[in-house]
Amino acid sequence: MTATPDALDRRLINALQGGFPIVPRPFAAVADALGLDEDEVIGRIAHLVEVGILSRFGPMLDAERLGGAVCLCALAVPAERFEAVAAILADLPAVAHNYERRHALNMWFVLATETPAGIEAAARAVEAATGLTVARFPKEREYFIGMRVEA
Amino acid sequence: MMPDDTDRRLLAAVQAGLPLVREPYRAVAERLGLDAADVMARLERLLASGAVRRIGAVPNHYRLGLIHNGMTVWDVADAEVDRLGAAVGALDFVTHCYRRPRALPLWPYNLFAMVHGRTADEIDDKRAAIARLIGDACRASDMLPSTRILKKTGLRIGA
Repeated sequence: MTATPDALDRRLINALQGGFPIVPRPFAAVADALGLDEDEVIGRIAHLVEVGILSRFGPMLDAERLGGAVCLCALAVPAERFEAVAAILADLPAVAHNYERRHALNMWFVLATETPAGIEAAARAVEAATGLTVARFPKEREYFIGMRVEA
Repeated sequence: MMPDDTDRRLLAAVQAGLPLVREPYRAVAERLGLDAADVMARLERLLASGAVRRIGAVPNHYRLGLIHNGMTVWDVADAEVDRLGAAVGALDFVTHCYRRPRALPLWPYNLFAMVHGRTADEIDDKRAAIARLIGDACRASDMLPSTRILKKTGLRIGA
């Protein structure tokens, strides 16, 4: 096996992006459904995690249902300050993801905090540290969250 | 139903991944001093309540070759946004779809849909497919491709 998923790896990834059974021998149940061997399924998943094709294998949590909060935010960062501002956000633990995007609002990040009140405090901390105004885009409604990708 | 302390301990123990062994729930149970049946019953409840969205493989988009992503954004009438959001969110290639507030004058868009692809053309095609679905209801739209990941850490809950 290499760091590139083969056809069977892709089949496993596509079949396993949800619905992993909650039974005593879940890998055996998956293996049966796909016509594979239990230990081969376990070995392939372990390999895919090890080489980083899978970030992890397990439950995906909904932070908000666990009392936490997340909020998409954006900054319009002057080009000459872009790297410095990115470094400031990299050091703030409340910033979970940060992406450069092509737009006047050129830096898009997600704040994740343990409580809803923490979001406003974190947004203000970003403003204090950068001197820039944080555009806040809290989700008002979620239509679907598939997060499935075709391997 | 809010998760209790044992649920939170369980989630903290498995959020980085399930043990990759024949009986993963038993292995978790043993680590926490719980019963395997209790762990399974708790996960079933957490899944049913939505605290756990799903259990399975969490792919790294980049490693699967999906190196392009575009945040497509749409300005549609407030009266139409829920109907259109449900339709856009149901497209199989849309990975996230949300209604969010506008930030006028810079940002007139109230509907956000994320798309991924192996090439720049692929995300352009997906944007075009969403545009066809929204049709005349679209007053303005844009797509913001990601040009660089500046930071990416997983969301983590405390025990």
